[in-house]
This record gives sequence, structure tokens and C-alpha cells, in this order.
Amino acid sequence: MSPWILGFSVFFGYPLVMSVYLSFTHYDLLSPPRWIGLANYRYLIDVDPQIWTSVKNTLWFIAVAVPLQVLFAFGIALMLARAHTGIGIFRTIFYLPALAPPVAATLGFVYILNPATGPVNTILGHLGIQGPLWFQDPSWSKPSLVLLSIWGVGNTMIIFLAAILDAPRQLYESAELDGAGPLRRLRWVTLPTISPVILFAVILGVIQGLQYFTQAYVAAGVASGQASQAADVTAGNLGYPLDSTLFYPVLLYQHGFTDFQMGYASAMSVLLLVVSFSVTLVIVVNSRRWVHYGGMAR
Amino acid sequence: MTTIEAAAPATFVRRRPPAHVRRRRFLVAVANHSVLIAAAIAFLLPFLFIVMTSLMTNDQALSPRIWPHPFAWHNYVDVFTKAPLWRWTLNTLVYSTLATLGVLVSSVPVAYALARLRWRGSQVAFMIVLIALMLPPQVTVVPLYVMWAKLHLVGTLWPVILPNWLGDAFSIFLLRQFFLTIPEEYLDAARVDGCGELRVLFTVVVRLAKPAIAAVALFSFLYTFNDFFLPLLYVGENSHNWVLSIGLSEFRSLHQVQWNLTMAATLLVMAPVIILFFLAQKAFVEGVTLTGVKG
Repeated sequence: MSPWILGFSVFFGYPLVMSVYLSFTHYDLLSPPRWIGLANYRYLIDVDPQIWTSVKNTLWFIAVAVPLQVLFAFGIALMLARAHTGIGIFRTIFYLPALAPPVAATLGFVYILNPATGPVNTILGHLGIQGPLWFQDPSWSKPSLVLLSIWGVGNTMIIFLAAILDAPRQLYESAELDGAGPLRRLRWVTLPTISPVILFAVILGVIQGLQYFTQAYVAAGVASGQASQAADVTAGNLGYPLDSTLFYPVLLYQHGFTDFQMGYASAMSVLLLVVSFSVTLVIVVNSRRWVHYGGMAR
Repeated sequence: MTTIEAAAPATFVRRRPPAHVRRRRFLVAVANHSVLIAAAIAFLLPFLFIVMTSLMTNDQALSPRIWPHPFAWHNYVDVFTKAPLWRWTLNTLVYSTLATLGVLVSSVPVAYALARLRWRGSQVAFMIVLIALMLPPQVTVVPLYVMWAKLHLVGTLWPVILPNWLGDAFSIFLLRQFFLTIPEEYLDAARVDGCGELRVLFTVVVRLAKPAIAAVALFSFLYTFNDFFLPLLYVGENSHNWVLSIGLSEFRSLHQVQWNLTMAATLLVMAPVIILFFLAQKAFVEGVTLTGVKG
């Protein structure tokens, strides 16, 4: 076991503790860390105008994307479970986008949704609808990212499908004999049997929402390049347009690794640690009320 | 597909349902399939658009046309001359292969120890694995960066490869869940035959857990192939060591507005993953299911 205990201490325990220590210091990598007490936290809470933007963006994204992902994955899984033919082909089609590398998928979406000549707005135009500016519009950039995240919902869908097909057949039959219609069977048989899996998907969705970075970074970089024709895509345009895609991890990246404010970035990561830990805890504790674990002792 | 068979009407004798019930069932099935087909088309459209654009001339990609005319197959040759795609691919393969090997070598024994051996602190160790699994990588990234900077390894791929050789929380978790399902009798039989724990692990467990190990290998290969955040931190400033994900994200800024070539590159980066999926579909689906259902 010892190599792995070493591994966890070097790559997990040590940096965790160091994060907390560095968050009380001023550190720019060049000169040694200087103790400044709570100054980072005070700046974070009282002064930094971008923190609240990034927190709001992140919460918005989680609140909209996670329920939609679960809903879509559940709906598709339910329809797949009822389909008698072509289930394999359908499953493959819905799963494929989840495989697309995030950078590639994001690039694809920025092109497909580009306002002037992108295929989506072209088609909308033919239907007589004036398409939105998508990644170029501060109020549409996050919905565009939500679309992208729904496209990649295949993993969750497969897990749901397996859980639905695993539900004991007798339960449905006895419910049917008792005169329960399709909707009531869904509510009282399907939902309770797959509730642990739904909980899993929600927790995973929230955790991934808290660390949402790649798609936001790439979309902002590519979309801003598209608007300005400027060659420099890195750094300067994080959060484009108008900080609307400035999520918490993006801001953390900016402070830590483009501005090299290591102390301040550590303070941000400690806050993220506290939040993600408590969110998980809250979801798991509350879940006892609505999650059904069958006869298993847990 | 046995589960689907089981979904067909039951074993006990049943009367044929009356005509109106059968008609309603038929209509429901038709509606169900129509919605599925519509959704499937919507899910495929982005791929189609990307393929179409990658075959357009630059002028055409900037026009509202959707179907390429003429087909510019040459884009797929040009892409390789415009950007060092082979160099990025090589770097990606080095990262993915070394990291995946490391994950397998380090995670299988830990998962076995967590699932099958009783030792002091095994519960605590499992809790630590779970916590490591839950926490965003951003939480530990600053001190790690400082550490690698002090070792003068920022700019190389070592900071993203080496940690995998000391265990990966997700793989450990997934393997442990699978090891728990192996009947103890098999292991006892091997022990009675005089095998030490290490031999039990490498002869019996590894052989029985092949599907799970394959899934872990696949996932870790994919994860590293797709990884963007960590390579961006460590090799972002050193274009010599760029991996595909970084190269692709910078591709458009290297070549201004050439959407057609960008989409060709995008497709080329998607291709290996999709080919891999079709080659190993079973391992994929089993692996994904394992992560969810046993959780």
C-alpha cells in the first residue's frame, strides 16, 4: 500500500493543506510567500467585483443545466426502454456526442451557432425566425453552453437506461393489475426504483458544474476571435462576451495562472473546496427523504 | 439484450388484449418512435454540420450555404501542412498511453486492498478516495503548480503524467466496486492452494475483472485524450509540447478565420475517440453502467 499512501499525500493531502496556508499569504512565485492574514478573503468578499459575477454565472449554469440534463437523459432513456426496435442504434446515436472531446465539441458549436452564416441561424432564417447571436450575446452565451451540455448527456442517459431496464418486472405487473395507468406507474414504480441513479446524476452534475472550465474557456476564446479577428485568443478575453461566461473556475485560472496571484487563487480554491464539500453533503443528507434503495442494507 | 426480452409480456397465460387496447398500444409505439427519431436526428445534426463544413472551400464556409459544392477534399491534406497535427498527436499519445499504464499499474492493487483485505485504516482510506473523487481539481492545483515549477518541470508533460502512477481516485473507486462482486470462494480456493495475496490478485482477480479493467483503461485513455485544463496549465506556454486539445483550441487563432480547416481538424480530433468507441462498444457501455448502478 505504501506507494499509494505516498501518492495521496504528495498529490492530494499536501496540496490541500498548502492551499489553505497559501490562501493567507501574498505569493507571486518569484519571492517567497508573505503572510497577510485574512486580507485575501477580505478582498474576495468585499472588493473583487468579478467574484460575484463568476459566482452568479456558475450558480445560473448549475441551476439551469443540471435539471435539464437529468430531464433529457431520463426522457430519452424512458423512450428507449419502451422502444422494441432499433434500441442499439438509438443508444449509439445518443451516446456519441458524449464522446466528442470537449474542445472539439465546443469549437463545433461555436461554428454551428455563429450568428451570421452558421447553419442553425440559416435554417431558422428559412423558417422566418431571426436567430439569436448565441455565443456573441451576453444573454445567450450561457444558454448556448447549456445546449452544448445537453448534447453531451449520453453518459447519464446510458446509466438511466440500465437502471430502468433493471427495475423488477413484477412491480410493473402488480401495479398494472391494481389498475395503475402509465403515468402512475412512472411515478410510483419507475421513479422510486431509479432514484439512487438520479441522485448520482444530480451530484455529478453539480460537481461538474462547479468545475466547469474547458467549454467556457474555449467558447470565449474562439467566439471573441471570431468577432474581432484578433489573433491573440488566449487570456485577454476570458468570460467573453462581457464576462457572461466568466465562471468561478475561469476566474480562478485567471488569477492563478495568467496573473500569478497564487495566494489569492488559493483563497478562491479554499472557498470552492468548502462549497463543493457542503453541496455534496447537503444533497446526500437530504436524499434520504426521496431516494429508495430497495431492500439493500446500506 | 436479455433484459429487453424480459420486458415482453409475461410467462403466465394471458388473453389477447381487446382490439382498442392493441390499437392504442400501436399508436403509443409509433409516437414513441417518432419522438426518438426526431431526437436522434437533432443529436446527429451537429456532426453532420461539422462534416459538411470541413468539406467546404473557405468562401463557402463563410456563406450561408449548408451543402458543400464542390467538395473540397483537399482540406484534409491542407490541415496537416497548416498546423503540426502529427506533433500534437504524438504528444497526446505519449501523455495518454503513459498515464493509462500508470493508472492501471497503480490502481488495481489499491482497489483490491480496499475491496478485499481488512487492514487498519481501510475504511478511512476509502473515504479519502471518495473525497478525492468529489473535489474539483482546482482545489489542489495551486500548490501542485508551485511544486512542479520548483522542480522546473512546468512546460513538460511530466506534471500531467506522473501523478497517474501513484493512483487515480476514479479508477480505484470503479475497480473496487467491481472487485466487491467477485465471490470470496474463488479467492479462498486460490489461497488454500497456497497463493499469496499478490498471486491471488494477479492470477484470479485480474482475470475475473477483465471487463472492469478494460473499462478503466478506456476511461483513463479518453480522459487524458480529452484533458484540457491540466495540459493548458503545464504546457500552454510551450507549443512544442502541446497536445491535441490545446492545439485545437488555438488552431483558429493560428489561422484566423478558416472555419473549414478548423472543422476538418475538429473532426480529425473526434475521429480516434469515435473509432475507439465502435471497436470497444461493449466495454464502454458496461463501464458507464458500472459507474452509475453500483454507486
